[in-house]
Amino acid sequence: MSDARTDASPTAAPSVVVLDYGSGNIHSAAKALEAAGARVTVTADRGAVIDADGLLVPGVGAFQAVIAGLRSVRGDELIERRLAGGRPVLGICVGMQVMFERGVERGTESDGLGQWPGEVTELGAAVLPHMGWNTVDVPEGSVLFRGLERERFYFVHSYAAQHWSLEALAPFPAPKVTWAEHGTRFIAAVENGPLSATQFHPEKSGRAGIRLLTNWVDSLRS
Amino acid sequence: MSVAVRVIPCLDVADGRVVKGVNFLNLADAGDPVELARRYFEQGADEITFLDVTATVEGRATTYDMVRRTAEQVFVPLTVGGGVRSTEDVDRLLASGADKIGVNSAAIARPALIGEIADRFGAQVCVLSLDVKRSPKTPSGFVVTTHGGRTETELDALAWAKQAIELGAGELLVNSIDADGTKAGFDLELTRAMRELSTVPVIASGGAGKLGDFAPAIAAGADAVLAASVFHYGELTVGEVKDELREAGLEVRP
Repeated sequence: MSDARTDASPTAAPSVVVLDYGSGNIHSAAKALEAAGARVTVTADRGAVIDADGLLVPGVGAFQAVIAGLRSVRGDELIERRLAGGRPVLGICVGMQVMFERGVERGTESDGLGQWPGEVTELGAAVLPHMGWNTVDVPEGSVLFRGLERERFYFVHSYAAQHWSLEALAPFPAPKVTWAEHGTRFIAAVENGPLSATQFHPEKSGRAGIRLLTNWVDSLRS
Repeated sequence: MSVAVRVIPCLDVADGRVVKGVNFLNLADAGDPVELARRYFEQGADEITFLDVTATVEGRATTYDMVRRTAEQVFVPLTVGGGVRSTEDVDRLLASGADKIGVNSAAIARPALIGEIADRFGAQVCVLSLDVKRSPKTPSGFVVTTHGGRTETELDALAWAKQAIELGAGELLVNSIDADGTKAGFDLELTRAMRELSTVPVIASGGAGKLGDFAPAIAAGADAVLAASVFHYGELTVGEVKDELREAGLEVRP
């Protein structure tokens, strides 16, 4: 999975670190990123995380456990530092949820990383988890979903952010928010400057998922 | 609700090999579960399930390798069931690339296992697999069996499903032992009963024989349909089943 080359030519495959902090199945994420054209390293090494063209933050399980895992490798600081420098970060599933201010799971409230305002709460649906392939409502100008507006993606979660309150701050472009619905409308993806995230699992979403990751990896070249 | 109906092929494997004979053309190795999983992925499978019947400890090593190789090539969710006894087993399977883990007899012997898996990895990882038979001995008329249906437990299938959901199971894989192998269609009464009590997704399994069998299982309340032999022997493709479901007015992933 790791590749020690440090090829500086502009045509070289972008380097992506999958942040390794003991969360679930990161093997698939690494393989899917390779299929999407990235050079992938799975690590929590500070230098590698900061230097990579892109950082992928995976996450499965409980909000609180993911936050604790991230903090244990100082992932919160590394994410903060990358974003402050405009360096791309992609959060997946609970790796997206922790970007918000708070998570409320089974009555327990936990602090998130607070990159975005708002909280992650249980979906109001008769059947949970929301498990399976769902459609998404993509905003104009999305880079992640370019060519994929009519595709389905694989979701497996019971909690989600259900409100978006961050306005555009000139001169920066407005955040692009993609929505989906299961019982209630919730946020399926966000593209906000260097920080992007998906509630679904692109690495488990077949060819559409690989193409979404390819869109992200391609954006790292610039 | 716009989440698509899922079609899930199941592969029975032992010691890293497909258990029953196969009828696929153009496969380099017809007994290789990884090749078969990739074929199903190409046909549009929404998930893949491995049911591992490996009996020996040494054989389990090949299971992890099989899961790892599959996850490298097949970018849809993988469920692995069979022989899972502890959170350590779950941890190793997830680290190998599995997304969901099916528990069956070990959870019957020790129901706390369900909660342990849900607490550590999330409820979405824990699939309760039930082999169910009709029986006059339980209140619901359905009993949980083990050993492929040969041994009846004391457990009422509906009560057990309900308890497992309370303990943290995130999905039910309901296999009808009566319907299994008959190719006469899913047990719709069982599916309906499970849907009524379940707050988690329900997968109907056992009895699929022809294209027309799948839509009634969804109408009876299943969120997903699972089949092994009809896909395995090439009698139906995943794509044909999805076309049939679409004709029936159901939402499927193309």
